[in-house]
Amino acid sequence: MSENLIEFNNISKFFGKVIALKDVTMKLKKGEIMCLLGDNGAGKSTLIKTLAGVHKPDEGEIVIEGKKTVFDSPKDALDMGIGTVYQDLALVPLMSVTRNFFMGREPLKGLPFLKTFDIEKANQIAAERMGQIGIDVRDPSQAVGTMSGGERQCLAISRAIYFGAKVLVLDEPTSALGVHQASMVLKYIVKAASQGLAVILITHNVHHAYPVGNSFTVLNRGKSLGTFNKKDISREELLGMMAGGEELDKLEVELKEMDRLSKN
Amino acid sequence: MSDKAKSIASKKTSGQDERLKEVSKLRLLLNRPELGAVGGAILVFIFFGIVAGDTGMFSAYGTLNFLDVSANLGIIAIAAAMLMIGGEFDLSIGSMIGFAGICIAIPAIYWGWPLWVSIIFAFAMAVLVGYFNGILVVRTGLPSFIVTLAMLFILRGATLAITRLITGRTQVPGLRVLIENDPIAWMFATDTFKWLFTWLGSMNLIALRTDGTPLATGIPPSVIWFIAATLFATWILMKTRYGNWIFASGGDKNGATNVGVPVGRVKISLFIGTAVAATIFATIQVLDAGSADTMRGNLKELEAIAAAVVGGCLLTGGYGSAIGAAFGALIFGTVSMGIFYTDVDTDWFKVFLGAMMLIAVVFNNYIRKRVTETK
Repeated sequence: MSENLIEFNNISKFFGKVIALKDVTMKLKKGEIMCLLGDNGAGKSTLIKTLAGVHKPDEGEIVIEGKKTVFDSPKDALDMGIGTVYQDLALVPLMSVTRNFFMGREPLKGLPFLKTFDIEKANQIAAERMGQIGIDVRDPSQAVGTMSGGERQCLAISRAIYFGAKVLVLDEPTSALGVHQASMVLKYIVKAASQGLAVILITHNVHHAYPVGNSFTVLNRGKSLGTFNKKDISREELLGMMAGGEELDKLEVELKEMDRLSKN
Repeated sequence: MSDKAKSIASKKTSGQDERLKEVSKLRLLLNRPELGAVGGAILVFIFFGIVAGDTGMFSAYGTLNFLDVSANLGIIAIAAAMLMIGGEFDLSIGSMIGFAGICIAIPAIYWGWPLWVSIIFAFAMAVLVGYFNGILVVRTGLPSFIVTLAMLFILRGATLAITRLITGRTQVPGLRVLIENDPIAWMFATDTFKWLFTWLGSMNLIALRTDGTPLATGIPPSVIWFIAATLFATWILMKTRYGNWIFASGGDKNGATNVGVPVGRVKISLFIGTAVAATIFATIQVLDAGSADTMRGNLKELEAIAAAVVGGCLLTGGYGSAIGAAFGALIFGTVSMGIFYTDVDTDWFKVFLGAMMLIAVVFNNYIRKRVTETK
């Protein structure tokens, strides 16, 4: 039996003539954070949706805990312990923390044919879970709209973990956040991994990925440029590998040229 | 120690973010959606208490009168509020009232059906109309405003055309004699707590007719239905899983779908709810008047939505309460009846209705900002 929690072996996905993913291979152990880096259009979204069970791969196989698996629907992926947190977070700002936390999966109590939403239990669990992240929810019935971006992200991640995620798939969790908020989210991600979850962190921000990642997979135009352990690669090399690398060099040259011209 | 250092030190000792202010109970109360409507209702009662306190408006008879009007509006306003919280509109409520009325009257009078079968038939038609509205909105993704506006015309037109085709007229009278001994009709046509009013009359606490019976004979059925609907809707919204799904469907359709809420089913069931509420309204009124009129319920959909908005429902969905809508209906009912007891010309009622709604929308907008944007 493999020690990898999840394996993606030579996954390919085509949309008509467009090759969205080609021969992408990734392996993740428990407690590992793998950062998936790539510029816009590199195939990150397609890969997330394949992980989440929205798309079926056209080639290759997904192996979970040593067993070959096919996801027929997003629910299948959820049941297998793949918890995906999309960029929009699936949170309703007007609803309370508790109501959001349990949205679609409310705990019930009461008679078999007259079950009611066990709001006390839900409040208690939500407050407890948020407390574990270090977010002091004064009142779990306060609206999510009053929370900061980082807190909302943490709430969405915490919800995925509570509902049985073994592999967390996080789509750009820090992209809309300031430095302080981003570091709060990243700290939480590290904590989640240390408790035995495997985390796939999708981002285009190397500066956020590098401090927390154990390994890095770089996607470029639908192909994997390889997976690298942290000790084998520097932040600059990673940045260079993302499609932006050459372009940024070029931009630097152009800016220098503009600078020179404007001085004359 | 500098101020900055002090503030950092105090943050460390208290373990709390120093930017947070203590939230008072009052502020929490201020964030409730029904606050505006409850406050408005209190103001309305104070106003009429001053200008019409000695006119008989607040006698047993007068009170039941304005409660009856409020209750009728309230039954449809609560259903409209639930649908609005779920993120949709139903403009066909008023037309459904007229349609339900003839669905009861024509089979009962012209086809010889027992009254109770006709009433069940009307409710079955309501479920069909509501389902059709819902499935159309969910499947096409068109705004419910447009879909149900179309249904407003279709239902009203069909009601007129069918009634004239079958009866040659636009009214169907003659239902009153059928109510007695009917196994279902009493639920929509009986005054309750008659003993209480008889007793109050015998104690000379309420006004009597010349024959010694009390002027106010009992609680009208609309009030009982209204109270039951308010309690039921509030229980659903606050205490059930389905209630959470209603808020979620209206608050963020995509987010709700992503976490497994059956948004389509929730919305369809809410459309059925408004059509059924319209039929309850129609049954009460038809049995009370003893006749069905094709124009019954005209413009009621707008009053229902206005009451829901005054009750704190956001036009964008995801926020509101059934209690708020109930108080919204109470405000409208009280003012529409109370205005008769004052020197003000009744023509001004619509001006009041519109102004009230404008104030409510501005106020709701402010509340929403408070709820979602305070940091």
